[in-house]
Amino acid sequence: MAVQTTKQGRLNSAAELETLRQEIKSATGENPRLITICCGTGCLAYGGAKLAQAFRDEIETRGLQDKVGVKTTGCHGFCERGPLVVIRPENILYQRVKPEDVGDVISDTIEQGKVVERLLYTLPGTKERVTYEHDVPFYKKQMRLVFGANGYIDPTLIEDYIGVGGYTAMVKALFSMTPDEVVSEVKRSGLRGRGGGGFSAGAKWESTREAHGGLKYLICNCDEGDPGAFMDRSLMEGNPFGILEGMVIAAYAIGCHEGYIYIRHEYPVAVKHAEMAIAKAEAMGLLGDNILGSGFSFKIKINRGGGAFVCGESTALMASVEGRIGEPRAKYIHTSEKGLWDRPTVLNNVETLANVPLIINRGAQWYSSIGTANSKGTKIFSLVGKVNNTGLIEVPMGITLREIIYDIGGGILKNKKFKAVQTGGPSGGCLPAEMLDLAVDFDELSRAGSMMGSGAMIVMDEDNCMVDIARYFVSFLEGESCGKCVPCREGLKRMNQILERITNGNGRDGDIELLEDLSETLTWGALCGLGGGAANPVMSTIRYFRDEYEAHIKEKRCPAGVCKPLITYNIVEANCPGCNLCIKACPVNAITSPGKKMPVILDQSKCTKCGACYDVCRLNAVEVR
Amino acid sequence: MTLETKSPAAVVNNVLAKYERDASMLVGILQDIQVEMNYLPKECLVMVSEGLDIPLTRVYSVATFFKAFSLKPRGRHSVQCCMGTACHVRGAEKVLDKLQTEMCLCAGETSADMKFTLETVNCVGACALGPVVVVDGEYVGQVTTDKVKSILESCK
Ligand code: SF4
Ligand code: SF4
Ligand code: SF4
Ligand code: FES
Ligand code: FES
Repeated sequence: MAVQTTKQGRLNSAAELETLRQEIKSATGENPRLITICCGTGCLAYGGAKLAQAFRDEIETRGLQDKVGVKTTGCHGFCERGPLVVIRPENILYQRVKPEDVGDVISDTIEQGKVVERLLYTLPGTKERVTYEHDVPFYKKQMRLVFGANGYIDPTLIEDYIGVGGYTAMVKALFSMTPDEVVSEVKRSGLRGRGGGGFSAGAKWESTREAHGGLKYLICNCDEGDPGAFMDRSLMEGNPFGILEGMVIAAYAIGCHEGYIYIRHEYPVAVKHAEMAIAKAEAMGLLGDNILGSGFSFKIKINRGGGAFVCGESTALMASVEGRIGEPRAKYIHTSEKGLWDRPTVLNNVETLANVPLIINRGAQWYSSIGTANSKGTKIFSLVGKVNNTGLIEVPMGITLREIIYDIGGGILKNKKFKAVQTGGPSGGCLPAEMLDLAVDFDELSRAGSMMGSGAMIVMDEDNCMVDIARYFVSFLEGESCGKCVPCREGLKRMNQILERITNGNGRDGDIELLEDLSETLTWGALCGLGGGAANPVMSTIRYFRDEYEAHIKEKRCPAGVCKPLITYNIVEANCPGCNLCIKACPVNAITSPGKKMPVILDQSKCTKCGACYDVCRLNAVEVR
Repeated sequence: MTLETKSPAAVVNNVLAKYERDASMLVGILQDIQVEMNYLPKECLVMVSEGLDIPLTRVYSVATFFKAFSLKPRGRHSVQCCMGTACHVRGAEKVLDKLQTEMCLCAGETSADMKFTLETVNCVGACALGPVVVVDGEYVGQVTTDKVKSILESCK
């Protein structure tokens, strides 16, 4: 029952689009029975594609094609529990579904209206099962304005997007608003760029609109170099038409006719879906020449990134789009005046543009009623690391870290103790337990020494060493630095040396102060945000976890048991019944058994501290000291 | 996809034609060539520089600047271990260690029999499943050291 409309040709007016929408809606019927299967990257890794095929086969075998539709969608956010299956319209959520379960879902749920208990989500620590998607705590506190459509549409079908109200905002902008009105609406909404800096999107559009020069460009950034963040990917993969709609509106507002989507090469599905969406939208007159007969034309090209974190910097990204290496330049002239090919250019990331249709549809007033005083709307975070429910969440600005990590995230993995949450990627900071009640928005995060960044939230527990985390970020940034300016090139190298020596047990008195000095130099001296932000992870870990640094330097001890030269693995004899699992796991035969059912013996002189024994032991008989 | 059967000239010409010899598409052009050739052979870079009429140094600088490119031949199977933050905090380092010992390769190397190339990447955008290993484009999530062997064995 997949909706395929008869009329696929070019639409020449807003009225024709509306007729098509009604056609799509009536073909879907009032209460369409639909099985949606998530085929986002996470669920695919768990076998989503095979599962979808199994559903299609089963429905065909039973001849149920007219009763129920099957739809593969983009990411629903709750990737931890994939593959996800949601039965609409009731929104029954099945999780971790396997092809073997398909028969039961069809016979019980579809044919008899019964729920398959074993596939439901169980509240952690209880036996209580939750039937409906909207009752699962993970979704309950969310406000899925931008991201919600992902669960309802097949990203490869433009009809699906039109069916859920797609392109109404574009029609409104093109036919009943002047470009200035669009700009001022977005300005009044308070939308701030979701990619990092948090600059007002409307103000950016305005200065580009007012800039001299006929040709202007719009770039949609889907590069997402931030390790740990994947919302742009999920939006582009799951709802590419929504991004295109946002782009057309932005282009109309700034008076530009050519745009680019810059996508990481690591995101092949995003590239594919974006290419396909552009082709379909153009064929239907929703993109390209004379959109819907409005007289406005806008073309989009795709440009693939080459995997360079520094291309998160606008000037570097533009250089890369021009086919040069991604080296940033000083921004004394704004890109809104001289950007791509030295023309006025707006660069917005995917999530920012995805917000635009909402604002146009429902108005600045409505939009600015959500969020905090200076951070409006919702934000998508990727909640990952040591938290029970990992995935993508969309929450109103102003929600506290505690609500995110405990209510939505379901608390810390394996009931361990929360230690820190790292927000904002490699240029952000680590916030400790004392900050859990912080209301999350652009300004509060920076006040706490961190930042919003693109919205990565990486939760860490007592087993994570904060000095190691600082070292990790600095060495990451050292590897990504373009090397153009000295503070960054030399400073990061030096900081990495110091952090390495601390984690190796060779830290010296004065190292912390040296790190602080270098951080300051980088903050003020680096040319671009990569070097300038590099101090954040270091400074915030020193600020909140100074005792851990001191334990490494003074006591030559890694309290979290992470830094290899400072730890040993030991067998806790009292816990070890000699199951011998660890013996099989040890790659260097450092563990031997003195006899059946006897605690094993670990030879420290052979041990390479790979941790394999620790990972396999189910009885806590291996400890790290 | 066997490397021998593809003529570099044909590949380069096809790709250049697809991009209408637009030098601004250099990154994409090199990416497409790499997909076909599995790495960027020197002769291809020379042909690109001639075909787009841009200096060879510029082609080289782009090919070496971006992490996505390899100037050395790669193995038939690619194993990528994600070292992004989300994976790091869940033990990616241990997974990489294990991969390196099992494969007898350091990250960035290709095995002598050209079967495997082991690489690290900084986030492949499946952070919820960390630690993630990507084998020939297929994502494997929540990798632990004891799963490494079977992951490698799945490569025939
Ligand atoms: S701060 Fe670092 S990345 Fe930025 S321009 Fe300077 S060297 Fe390059
Ligand atoms: S840490 Fe690794 S090398 Fe050492 S005993 Fe355990 S498994 Fe063996
Ligand atoms: S796996 Fe644990 S319980 Fe089993 S022998 Fe090793 S240390 Fe003892
Ligand atoms: S990929 Fe399925 S929920 Fe994210
Ligand atoms: S950090 Fe490993 S997939 Fe994102």
